[in-house]
Amino acid sequence: MRRRWLGRALLYAALLAGAALALLPMLWMVSASLMPTGEASTYPPRLLPRAVTLEHYRDLFTRLELGRAFLNSAIVSVSVTLLSILVNSMAGYALAKFRFRGRDRLFALLSAGLVVPVQVSMLPLFLLFKELHLVNTYWAVIIPGMSSIFGIFLIRQYVLALPDDLLDAARIDGAGEFRIYRSVVLPVITPILATFAIFTFLSTWNDFMWPLIVLSDGSMYTLPVALANLVGEHVQDTELMMAGSVLTVLPVLLTFLFLQRYYIQGLTAGSLKG
Amino acid sequence: MTLVGSRDERDAGVVLAPERPAPRVPRLPVRPEHARAAWLFLLPALLLIGIFFFLPIAAAFLLSFTDFDIYAMGDVANARFVGFGNYARLLAEPDFWLALRNTFYFAAVSGPLAVGVSLGAALLVNARATRFKAFFRTVYFAPFVTTLVAVAIVWRYLYHPRYGLLNYGLQALGFQPIDWLGNPRWAMPAIILMAVWKNFGYNMLILIAGLQNIPGELYEAAELDGAGPVRRFWHITLPMLAPTLLFVAVITMIGFLQVFAEPYVMTAGGPLRATTTMVLYMYEEGFRWWRMGYAAAIAFVLFLVILGATVLQLRLGRERAR
Repeated sequence: MRRRWLGRALLYAALLAGAALALLPMLWMVSASLMPTGEASTYPPRLLPRAVTLEHYRDLFTRLELGRAFLNSAIVSVSVTLLSILVNSMAGYALAKFRFRGRDRLFALLSAGLVVPVQVSMLPLFLLFKELHLVNTYWAVIIPGMSSIFGIFLIRQYVLALPDDLLDAARIDGAGEFRIYRSVVLPVITPILATFAIFTFLSTWNDFMWPLIVLSDGSMYTLPVALANLVGEHVQDTELMMAGSVLTVLPVLLTFLFLQRYYIQGLTAGSLKG
Repeated sequence: MTLVGSRDERDAGVVLAPERPAPRVPRLPVRPEHARAAWLFLLPALLLIGIFFFLPIAAAFLLSFTDFDIYAMGDVANARFVGFGNYARLLAEPDFWLALRNTFYFAAVSGPLAVGVSLGAALLVNARATRFKAFFRTVYFAPFVTTLVAVAIVWRYLYHPRYGLLNYGLQALGFQPIDWLGNPRWAMPAIILMAVWKNFGYNMLILIAGLQNIPGELYEAAELDGAGPVRRFWHITLPMLAPTLLFVAVITMIGFLQVFAEPYVMTAGGPLRATTTMVLYMYEEGFRWWRMGYAAAIAFVLFLVILGATVLQLRLGRERAR
């Protein structure tokens, strides 16, 4: 009895210590962002602000125009999410439910693509967008994000489980193929579409390397690029940088907190089978 | 709902069928218009993936055999074929070997560390006695969804030699303060620590799913035989979890071999190039100095390294299955 009690105490001590370590950097980020200038650079370090101030958040929008970067991030992430649902669900459906010549070879080709690190494509991709005069536009970030082999496979896997009879019944009723996709297939695969949408939104919002390469003008920067750029100029301004970090992290963290059910389900399902 | 396995759905494992079996409608024959519809559905995705992924990969391969330099030549048409020149230069370049070494160092330490931490977290969260499982799972997973650039900046300040919380904690415990990001010896461990913090939650989630797939009877039987928690872990949990652990280890390693934003934001590859990784090196050569041909060669070496890691996975997987 005594041992069980001790074991339980140790278990919770470890769980709480882990939670503290996981959360501490984020809690400190929020706390420091509310401190008056200079207070985060004192010794001994302060954990909580002596007086809460929102001046750094105001600075982000008035002096540094991070509002523009926020807007850029939102436009890019929402566009990529909506377009990639459409593009990849059509492809995933076609791979799952149609039999046509070349399907298996196409599937093998796409699988091979999963092995290639995306950085390999970036040098020529940059040259291509330069040639198309799309460098420094939203399109340069949106277009490569619209199609995803991972997304196609994720959706295909889910569609495979739909009974063929459902589609055949609609065909006998005389529905066209696009109509079947739109009114029969899409409504029943919304759970996996939700998973994929959240996944795409988070990864587009957080993406750094490609936007850094292809966006050269400050007014087009997404938040991570703008933030990385600010570090160079305002490295001493700890509180301001923390406010910028909060602004960047908050949308994805809230998205995750409210929609984690879909996100976590999809991640575990997709990864265990893939 | 009944679970039925059928021809096409074998990949999916199971298929959900209606409760009352409907009278079997004869399966429609394969019709040419179906093929047309399928290709139309696939067209947007294939065009996009073809033009903006596969084509650039092929182009990168060709580019790696040229001396193309945007700054000096402007247009790709001016590039000259140099055979394996870039690769030869690469092998003779100490910066390349340093980047390769740094990348391996980073992946070889943070990979196992991240997997170990995730396994610990998964066991804690999944323990029978743990209440508030969903809460702890969410908290541990939260760092993974945050924006890498933003939290890398936060860690930069946590690592501040004078005002940072980490050194404050060290000093409180009686240790000397460390110049985390300014000392070539400590910069990589600092980035590793941050990367483990950021990534362990994802692995944990997959490992929890793996733990829940282990049949409970195994534990009950072992308990009846008088096996304690440690023996149950070594003889049931670990062997049963091995495939999941292998999967997690490999995807973690592949991800870590592509590390870029952490050193870019926290150290800019320094001090003394101690944290310049392969991707950072490629980025610098290609997009800062515009030596595209040379950078493409770096990209392909990275590809080979990652391919090697994947082949290693397949080999290990096959041995395990035997």
